[in-house]
Amino acid sequence: MELLVASAIGVLTAAGLYLVFRMRTFPVILGISLLTYAVNIFLFASGRLTIGAPPILQKGVEGITYTDPLPQALVLTAIVISFGMTAVVVMIALGAYLGGDDDTVNDAPKDDAARQEDAT
Amino acid sequence: MSLFLIVALPFLGALLPGLMYQAGRAACAGITFTVTLSAFIGLWTNAPAVFAGEVVTVGVDWLPLLGLNFNLMLDGLGFFFAMLILGIGLLIIAYARFYLSRSDNMGEFFTYLLLFQGAMVGIVLSDNILLLLVFWELTSLSSFLLIGYWKHLPEGRQGARMALTVTGMGGLAMIGGMLILGQIAGSYDLSVILQNRDLIQESPYYVPALLLILLGCFTKSAQFPFHFWLPHAMAAPTPVSAYLHSATMVKAGIFLMARMWPVLSGTPEWFVIVTTAGLITMVLGAVIALFKHDLKALLAFSTVSHLGLITMLLGTGTAFGAMAAMFHILNHATFKAALFMSAGIIDHETHTRDIRRLGGLRHLMPITFAIATLGALSMAGIPLLNGFLSKEMMLEEAHHTVLFGSHWLVPVMATVGSLFSAAYCFRLISHTFLGPKRDDYPAKPHDPGPGMWLPPAILIVPVILIGVAPFLAEPFVKMVTASVLGETAEVPKAYFKIWHGLVPALWMSIIATVGGLILLMLYKPLLKVWDNTPRPEAKIIFEALVESIVSLAQKLVLPLHNGSFSRYAAIGTVAIVGAGYYAWITGTVGEPTRQMQPAMGVVIAGWLMLVSATIGLVFLHRNRLFALILMGIAGLMVSVGFVFFSAPDLAMTQFTVEGVTIVLLLLALNFLPNRTPIESSSLQRGRDAVIAVLGGLAAMGLSYHYLLRDAVLPTISAFHIDNSYKGGGGTNMVNVILVDFRGFDTYGEIIVLGIAALLIYALTEALLSGPVRARLLNRKADQPRAGDMHPMMMVVLTRVMMPIVMLVGFYIFLRGHNDPGGGFIAGLVVSIGVVMQYMASGFNWTTARLRYPYHGIIGAGVLVAGLTGIGSWFVSKPFLTSDFTYVRIPPFNEFELATAALFDVGVFLAVVGAVMLTLESLSRLARRQDMPDSEHPMDIDPSREDEPGDLAKGEA
Repeated sequence: MELLVASAIGVLTAAGLYLVFRMRTFPVILGISLLTYAVNIFLFASGRLTIGAPPILQKGVEGITYTDPLPQALVLTAIVISFGMTAVVVMIALGAYLGGDDDTVNDAPKDDAARQEDAT
Repeated sequence: MSLFLIVALPFLGALLPGLMYQAGRAACAGITFTVTLSAFIGLWTNAPAVFAGEVVTVGVDWLPLLGLNFNLMLDGLGFFFAMLILGIGLLIIAYARFYLSRSDNMGEFFTYLLLFQGAMVGIVLSDNILLLLVFWELTSLSSFLLIGYWKHLPEGRQGARMALTVTGMGGLAMIGGMLILGQIAGSYDLSVILQNRDLIQESPYYVPALLLILLGCFTKSAQFPFHFWLPHAMAAPTPVSAYLHSATMVKAGIFLMARMWPVLSGTPEWFVIVTTAGLITMVLGAVIALFKHDLKALLAFSTVSHLGLITMLLGTGTAFGAMAAMFHILNHATFKAALFMSAGIIDHETHTRDIRRLGGLRHLMPITFAIATLGALSMAGIPLLNGFLSKEMMLEEAHHTVLFGSHWLVPVMATVGSLFSAAYCFRLISHTFLGPKRDDYPAKPHDPGPGMWLPPAILIVPVILIGVAPFLAEPFVKMVTASVLGETAEVPKAYFKIWHGLVPALWMSIIATVGGLILLMLYKPLLKVWDNTPRPEAKIIFEALVESIVSLAQKLVLPLHNGSFSRYAAIGTVAIVGAGYYAWITGTVGEPTRQMQPAMGVVIAGWLMLVSATIGLVFLHRNRLFALILMGIAGLMVSVGFVFFSAPDLAMTQFTVEGVTIVLLLLALNFLPNRTPIESSSLQRGRDAVIAVLGGLAAMGLSYHYLLRDAVLPTISAFHIDNSYKGGGGTNMVNVILVDFRGFDTYGEIIVLGIAALLIYALTEALLSGPVRARLLNRKADQPRAGDMHPMMMVVLTRVMMPIVMLVGFYIFLRGHNDPGGGFIAGLVVSIGVVMQYMASGFNWTTARLRYPYHGIIGAGVLVAGLTGIGSWFVSKPFLTSDFTYVRIPPFNEFELATAALFDVGVFLAVVGAVMLTLESLSRLARRQDMPDSEHPMDIDPSREDEPGDLAKGEA
């Protein structure tokens, strides 16, 4: 089972990276979302995999093992924050597309003069 | 008054002028004046102790590990400078009230001025050199704002930039010097450093420390070769020039040299560097000043020259030199500030500062004439005015100074400097005020109201008083000198008096005065010679230097940053994988400690769905809508995975976030093209695929590795498991961690979420108020619209569901502390309920029923969470300490009341507000004013924008 989870993380990472390398905003956003899944599972898995032992204390019962609650708490906020970040990226992409009619992520190659102007 | 308060008052007061701006100019200036006056009076309450020779100190540890303590001390030297800063500050504020025109934003001006004042007072009262550095940099920043106050003037902006560059670089050098000094002395407290003269001067690091600190002092106090920024800073409004560039900021470097005098001075290095720099600056400044036609430029170069004079005196390293320096600081501050203000008056009334266009003003502006003449004569060193006394002392000191083995060098140079100094003072008087009245002034000159002439006139009082009765200033100057000298030398016995007999200094003075008069008479031919002599222009050199540094930086940076995001991402991935691989092969890899768990059929099925959806997404991503569906599958499988691996809270969160994310991306797709075109070559795609697979393999290898091993060190999780119920009162450990153990993290995260939503709102506003708006209105839909905008079934269903959704949200919220749920999840659930109303019933319908704006909900959430945290202060507990109790109200079961639940309310509100503001902003882009948005649930719109033929194609 560990192999399955690890390979799922790997597949999500590879797919996310490939999409992040694309040239249009939308696939890049999808890629970032896939990478978010990968990272969240990766963080979650740092508590190791436990089945059927949710981190809910059973009152009056001693000696039960619980799964590690700490990574879960961290990942929970990470999921919500990543929604916020995705939304910001989407908005920036939309603004660029609506404002410049262009949804490519890379700057067009420029000659040196234009670059100088940009930099100053 | 406590020293803390004296330093804090200007900073706190800096808020007031900005706030009082609406109340009018008088109120604005009045409040600034009051703040400064309070600090000034506070300073004087410490006077008895200081005059008795005590050192007043206060301090708290700030960052004791770094040696950075908020220690302040007030001795004679600090008192002297603080008195100048606050006292002259008062006059400047009164003057600025009448100087600034109606179009100038007075609130902004006085805010900057108070910031500057606070920073300056901080420098002179600091007992810790790191603290001093903080204030030092603050003066650079606030003076940048003040110099560039007239933002519309390019000279102002350039001058401000130049001043910031030069003084900022000096400040950087000084940080290095101070750190070395602190390392040598073993403490960053001045009181300790000043006791360690021998230790510091014998250290091999003495010379580097000295050079770096002097670099800071010389740049700040405009010493050669860094003097060039000061004249360009004169583009500032005159009150700023009078305040910063004559009386206070430029003296900060001199203050520091005086402060460090006991430990740094007296060595050959100090003597040669400081005396030489001072001497050159003094002569150079005086010569250039003579040939400047702009009144303020003339005064600026004369300031440079006088700062050189003071620096030279400090450089000699004798007690008499130090005393003369202190005396001259006092005298220079009085007459130079008065002169600057007079120049401002002339500029204000005649609308020009060009001496060539002036002349004959003595009858038209008699009061200004009297003030400026007295100031200028004092500066020239004419007896019965205070400038004469300190100039005599300087010449006396120069007479005894042997530089580079020559007995003549310093005295001759000092005389030449004084000669030119006298010449430009005489020129200032005669070319501005004397001579015939002219009829071509740009404006009709007359004396201003007392509001403008009174401040300089007040400064002229000590000029005359000290000049006539020098013994009045003697005890004070000697007290200041004593604190400069510390324990290194005795205060000189010399008396302050006008007549010392026919000493060499008097002869030098006479030569200077007579020579100055002769130079004035020969002015026209001299000017011709000057104009025909080629000389380097500092500004051009400075700008060329900046330009070359910029182009060098561009040559380095631009090849790396070519604007290709894909390239950065690929390089970043390879670098991260490479670094990880390096760590892997150099570290030790332990044996597996855990058994691999067997995989059940259902797990394999879930894995297959996730992996095939993900791989399918890669191959089919060009069809964007389809890609979105596949991503939904992947997301759902992730949340199913969370359920399976004992993380119910995560599953619920992932599931609900998935819902809002898909709505968000659908909204975005509404505007973006439906397909991604093929642009990259197959070679590029192959390269990307290789890097992506490499990254994937690395992630997989790493996770597989640690999944089979236990943590190397025991984790802190056991603490949370043990204390979740005992300390936090909840059985859902994840929720207790979120709202209790790590509540501060969560607090930060809801703030981040709120900021993200506000950012999206702001971007939407920016887009809608720009040219994009027209484009959006003229946009033609790229797909056939459904005629039924608000389908009846959906409308009814969502409205029926709304109360149920709210109930579910409420339930999930309440059970959160003990069972899976909580503020985050409840917030997301309720958001989805509201989003459904938007989707089904339309934007207008929903907005009309919206009682609170979403910004307010975000703010309320952060506020509730923050106030809950602050609440624990009232029982003397740290921020966000939680408490809980159990209550039983019959006939219900016993239930728990926890402050953490209140905190969770904040989380809930912030999440609802943020999610809704985000989605609402995006959907506002699609809003059109002309679009009918019916109140009624069912509004079939039979009109179609597309031709029937298009529709058929679209369906096919």
